[in-house]
Amino acid sequence: MIFSVEFIYIIMGIIGLCCSLYTFADKANPRRLLSGLFYFIYSITLLFGSVIPPFYIGLMVILMVLIVGMGGLRKGQYGESSDQQRETQRKRLGSWLFLPALLIPILTVAGAKGFEGVKIGSLFIFDPKNTTLVALGVACLIAIITAMMLTKNTPQTAIKESRRLLEAIGWAVVLPQLLATLGTIFTQAGVGTVVSDVVTQFIPENSLFMIVFVFCIGMALFTMIMGNAFAAFPVMAAGIAVPFLITQFDANPNHIAAISMFAGYCGTLMTPMAANFNIVPAALLDLKDKNHVIRVQIPTALIVLAFNIILMYLLVKLEV
Amino acid sequence: MVLIGVALIIIGFAIRLNPLVVVTVSGLVTGLIAGLPIVDIITQFGEAFTTNRYMSILLVTLPVIGLLERSGLQNQAGHLVSKIKAATAGRIITIYLLCREVGAALGLLSIGGHPQTVRPLLAPMAEGAAKAKYGEVPEEDREEIRAHAAAADNIGLFFGEDIFVAVGAILLMKGFFDQNGIEADPISMALWGIPTAIFALIVHSIRLYLFDKKLDRKLGSKAKKDVIG
Repeated sequence: MIFSVEFIYIIMGIIGLCCSLYTFADKANPRRLLSGLFYFIYSITLLFGSVIPPFYIGLMVILMVLIVGMGGLRKGQYGESSDQQRETQRKRLGSWLFLPALLIPILTVAGAKGFEGVKIGSLFIFDPKNTTLVALGVACLIAIITAMMLTKNTPQTAIKESRRLLEAIGWAVVLPQLLATLGTIFTQAGVGTVVSDVVTQFIPENSLFMIVFVFCIGMALFTMIMGNAFAAFPVMAAGIAVPFLITQFDANPNHIAAISMFAGYCGTLMTPMAANFNIVPAALLDLKDKNHVIRVQIPTALIVLAFNIILMYLLVKLEV
Repeated sequence: MVLIGVALIIIGFAIRLNPLVVVTVSGLVTGLIAGLPIVDIITQFGEAFTTNRYMSILLVTLPVIGLLERSGLQNQAGHLVSKIKAATAGRIITIYLLCREVGAALGLLSIGGHPQTVRPLLAPMAEGAAKAKYGEVPEEDREEIRAHAAAADNIGLFFGEDIFVAVGAILLMKGFFDQNGIEADPISMALWGIPTAIFALIVHSIRLYLFDKKLDRKLGSKAKKDVIG
């Protein structure tokens, strides 16, 4: 294929690597060497993840965590533009400024739908397994070039600005990947089965409402622990939905599936383990409390969870 | 025994240790308790870290967003919105929530996202609307507005995407039922997601409406004074 997903990882790695060089050189950062090292190692894992043996990547990950744990990751100075500079540029460009930002979603959707499975000769244009991801990467590349031409800035400025954002996100940038790692280890260690065993103990076998209640709450709780509703569904469905709801009460599996996944998503909205959705955005939006997004989501999540329980109960009860 | 790892996570997050450290320690401990050799655990770390590199895709968006911010993108977003009299922080976020959810339901999962849409566009628009309405907005309220913007992206995405038949969640569940010899139909699964999707949209819109009212109560008097004075 012409654009593979590895190509996108290499672009990500190059951006990270260039940022780390500026961090190494940032005199305003009291721990510039350790901070630089953190981003440097991170970029190496992105660039060479498929070449370096996993054991060494694992060691590098632990080293990154050690740097953060020792308080070695600090922020620096970024030579931001002044309010006045920004205002002059804004007046000059007006709403053209939106163009590169809007190009990202538009080109991603167009690329993902338009080039899916399209070949030149015998080569796929986009990696057929990861079309959307590759389309997003290519869309960003085009948007980067457009943005540089539009704002008359150099690639160096683009990197400096990326570093400002990257350091604003800080350690949170690797959290999603690390949590996915934890998920794998939890699965291997059989945490899922243990949790479902515990939950199943609370089931009074003849009360339909209680079964639905425990199942939906279980989906949400399990998702909160694992950070991912996908991990929760097979375990909870095998433990509760199939034996009790579908076999015993003859529930429609389509109803159960649709509603239980949403019950899981309610859990996703309430857990720091879903870092990509909850913690990274908080870092990205300069929120002091990293749990602020979760705090805002909890009321909606709880109300919708209650709705899911009632809906599932009624659907099974009324045998729709 | 393996639940010790889960307990470590809960305690670690509760006493606000750095999440990276908490997650790593919990992973190591869980692996050791389950009897995996340490070399295998570290290899697992490396392997999963590598296969999940796609989660860090936001890196590619940073140069674009950084450059545009440097040229006043956020100011322009706020400026545009401030011209619309009817715009309030809550209403703008509600409109976004609707678009995000409908888009996701149609399979357009990549039209939103925190780095590419919320930070450069939605959050400054919502803040801009509040600023136009109330004058200077205190930092704590601006943070609340930004948190609401991020939350709307999540809620719209989650409750929209399962309506789309080809999404991973639906396929995963179909696969699970197939394995267990239970008949299931992806289209029907997607359709039965609609009641919850609509309910979530309504509940969250109401909450955003109340959020506007709260801002009115807190900052509204000041805006009126500005007009009179």
